[in-house]
Parts: sequence; C-alpha cells; structure tokens
Amino acid sequence: MKREIWKGSEAIAEAAIRAGCRCFCGYPITPQNEIPEYMSAKMPAAGGVFVQSESEVSAINMVYGAAASGIRAMTSSSSPGVSLKQEGISYMVGAELPAVIVNIMRGGPGLGSIQPAQGDYYQATRGGGNGDYRTVTLAPANLQEAVDLMFDAFDIADQYRNPVMILADGLIGQMMEPLVWKEHKPRNLPPKSWAADGRKGRDHNNFITSLLVEAADCEAHNRCLEKKFQEMEDKECRWEEIMTEDAEVLLVAYGTPARIAQTAAEHLRKQGIKAGVFRPITLWPFPARRLREIAEQRSVKVVLDVEMSLGQMLDDVKLAIGECKPVRFYGRVGGSIPTVSEVEKAAAGAYEEVK
Amino acid sequence: MPVNSWVDAARLTVTVGHFGSGKTEFSVNLALALGAAGHPFALADLDIVDPYFCARECKSQIEAEGGRLIASSNACFNADVPALPPEVMTLFDDPKLYSVLDIGGDAAGARVLVRYRQQMINRCARVLCVINANRPFTDAPEKAAAYVKSIEATMGVSISGLVNNTHMCEQTQTKDILHGAELITEVSSLTGKPVVCHCVPQEYIQKLPLLHPIFPMRLYLKKPWQD
Repeated sequence: MKREIWKGSEAIAEAAIRAGCRCFCGYPITPQNEIPEYMSAKMPAAGGVFVQSESEVSAINMVYGAAASGIRAMTSSSSPGVSLKQEGISYMVGAELPAVIVNIMRGGPGLGSIQPAQGDYYQATRGGGNGDYRTVTLAPANLQEAVDLMFDAFDIADQYRNPVMILADGLIGQMMEPLVWKEHKPRNLPPKSWAADGRKGRDHNNFITSLLVEAADCEAHNRCLEKKFQEMEDKECRWEEIMTEDAEVLLVAYGTPARIAQTAAEHLRKQGIKAGVFRPITLWPFPARRLREIAEQRSVKVVLDVEMSLGQMLDDVKLAIGECKPVRFYGRVGGSIPTVSEVEKAAAGAYEEVK
Repeated sequence: MPVNSWVDAARLTVTVGHFGSGKTEFSVNLALALGAAGHPFALADLDIVDPYFCARECKSQIEAEGGRLIASSNACFNADVPALPPEVMTLFDDPKLYSVLDIGGDAAGARVLVRYRQQMINRCARVLCVINANRPFTDAPEKAAAYVKSIEATMGVSISGLVNNTHMCEQTQTKDILHGAELITEVSSLTGKPVVCHCVPQEYIQKLPLLHPIFPMRLYLKKPWQD
C-alpha cells in the first residue's frame, strides 16, 4: 500500500469522505480549521454538501437535519466550539440519529489556548447535554488510527443510530505523519427505514423527534436507549496494551500522551523499572474490565495516569482499579504537553513511593 | 567546489511550498547552514497559517548558534494572529545579514509576501519552493507544478528554484528521496525552474552518492514523544 504524508485534520476530513460522509457543517476554530477547509474543497466533488454555518450551534442542528434524511453527516470543532454543540448532541441521541462529531481539543476552560489539551474528557464521556445519554468516544493516538477510526465511527453511529465522538488532542489535528489508506470492511448495517427522506410508498410518515410528552413514553424510550448503551458497552470497547505483561509501573494514557508514556516506559525499562502502558482507545465505553485485570497482575505495583488535564480519565481509572493497586496522577494543562522526562520522573517517583 | 555552494548564493531566501512539504525544517536547517558558513544570520517565522510546529519553536537552537529569530511578539507566540513583525524589514535593509523567511503553506500562506514584494525584488531575494513527493497533493509532476504556479500568482514574485524535500517524517528512507528526485526533475522541466538541492537526513548522506547537490538535514521540530 502506498504510504503518504498527511496532516491530521485534512486526513480526518479525507477519511470521512471516503467513509461515505456526504454532509459537513461546521464553523472554523483552531486547531482544526483544516477539516472544514478540506471539506469545502473536496466535498462538492464527492457529491456532498459543505456548509460553513453561522455558528457551532447551527452546524450541529444542520447535522441533525442531514442525518435525519439518512445520509452520513458530520461536524467538527475544537473544545469551546464543541461545548456549543452539546444541546444538539443530546437531541440527536434522543432522536436516535447517527452522526460523527470530531473534537480536536485545545486548552480550556473557556476560550483557553489553541495548544493541545485533553480537558474535554468529562464532556465527551459524561455528556455535556441534558438527559441520560452516551456517545461512543474514540480517541486516536496517531494519524493512521485517526483515519481508520473515522470509518468505524460512521459505522458505529449507523449501527446504533447514535452520535459518535472522535476525541483527539490538538497534536493529532496539526501534526504530519505517514499513513496508508486501508481497505475498510463496512459493517452489515440495517437499512435506514426510519429516515425522513420522503414518503416513498410507505403507509406512514417517518417522524424524527426527541420530544415524548408522556412520562411513561419517555421512560420507555429511555429504556430502549439504555439497551443500546449496554450493547455498545458490550461490543465496542477498545484498548491497546504495550509492554504490560510484566509491568511493575502501569501507565494509563490516551491519545498522544500515550505515545509520550510509551517512550517514557521504554526509558524506564532501560533504567531497570519495568513499565508498561495501557491505552484506552474508546473512552466511553471505558475498557474498565481489562484495565482491572492488568492492574490485578502480581507484577503491578502502582498505576500512573497521565493526561493533558487535571485528571479527568483518572475517575474512570480509579473506578476500574478500585483499591486493588495505588493510583497516582501526572498531568499538564492549558495547552502544555507533558515531556517524556516528566512522565519518567513521575513514574519513577510513584514506583519508589510504593516499592 | 563545495557541494553546497548554493547555500549562501543569495543573501535572502524565502521558502514557500505546500502544507507539509517541510518548509520549516528546511528553513531552520538552511538558517543554521548560513551560520555555519560564517555569516551573521536570521530566521523569520512568517507562517500566519499554522498554529503548531512553526519555526518560532526553534528559537533556542537558532540563538544558540548566534542567529536571530524574528517572529510575532511574545504576546502572540502561541496565537494564530495574522500579524507580521516589523523587524522583518531589518532582513532587507541590513546588507551583511543572511536570512531565511519561512512562509506558511500553500498560496494562502504565501499571501503575506505581497507585503514584501517590492523589497524582495529590490534585494534580489531568492524564492525556493519546497516539494515533498509523499504528499498526496504534490505526488505527481502536474500537481506540484500547479502549486508552484498558484503560489507565484499569489505572491507576484517568481520562484527561483525547487527543493526536493521528499520525506516520511522520521521514517524517511532513501527510496523516498530518490522518488522525490525523479518527480522534481519532471516538475523542473514543466516549470523551467532549476532544482536547487535534494534534502537528505544526515545519516543517509553516504547512501546517495549519485544525488547532487544534497543538503544534509536534521530534524528540529520533534514531536513530544520523540527522543
């Protein structure tokens, strides 16, 4: 396969088009401007629609409309812009509409900085919108994975009729890396018989709404959603294990910090400390069961969670591990990136503390 | 004749090219090569398009070699503010100073040069277009030639020469560089622009004896997980 050099944001946009996305609505924000820019240049030729909306709120609601018509639709933004989309995401879960939302995270809170960060973990995995809802959240650590996950994201969205979030830090959006375009085997997806795409000989109209006025109806709807969330938890969990078989220090990190953690782990091994990395690829569903199993290994003395946040995934790590092993944390925030030596030092310190 | 006599053949070098062609790595390496050749040197970061991986991140390396880095004020160091630093004029006016002006990608990035068009013409600045054949947008001679033309049309100054900087980031192999050399030769015949050099990671210099002139490169803009 031919390897090419791509910039993250443009590769994500190209992957979406190749995955069959035919509607992109978005509003510019650094560090993901190349996604709408690329879409504006390439989507019309692919037979799709590009709309630069007047705001992030209108973009997500345009995606709601496009998805309701049965076509593959997406939007992208960066942290503050994704905050504005939360209402629309909740509405799409309620209306059971598939779509892909890409968040190339930057420093927060508020307008924050334009440098890479991971402060939107809570928002993505807990939901910033109202109601009981979940969105499968995929966190690529390199550009190959970012493009591969775009195909999966659209498939997962269509399979469960639920929005899917790609949660990547700014480095994924801005860096250059080689990648190949693999053959993607699409899932066996149900037909979109629910779509509001015209009467087409049906004996009824397809109504798409998240409004259920009667409490009993709304509860029944929530129970149906609950079943879907459970199925996603059972079937969609993904993670990567790096040098964990004999690890004494288990580093847990997602996205590009996992690569920093991996280099740190390699250095620590040269210094005689057996370190390994557990990298969640889905943040929701969180691979809690597998993390717990690894943490329970006799070799593991301490777990160090590394994030570009004040410790958000840390909650899930602690929920997974419980009291079985001590959990420590190292994070940088606001657009600052942890260095390999900082992670090494934090891991060595945690190891010394519990040894 | 030294292999890299082209390095200081012009006092002012402006680097343009497609996003991801490696303009910034080339610019940093060229600035340091000018310093190594004994010239007072400066590197100007005029990339107002990209927010990350910019020449301004190499401030310490440039200053460590006695060079000067010109970028937007510190207040804008981490912001994508389309502001051009006034010190850029020094590069045109100081007759002893050798400098490299690193420009943002594509015609969009080259637009800043319209501001300096007259100075570039008056001071005979050389404009080098950096090409990476592994980028899908410049992986065929016609596509790369179209970029050369669109950048020229935007800045209103002719491109003086082409630079083969065909790479795979830190995974570059000699076959990448040779493939780029073939492509750039065709781009050269399509555009009438000479090939100025082929960029080669330092460790491959001995492996490519037939390629010339070569320009040995080191990677300065590393990713946070790279040693």
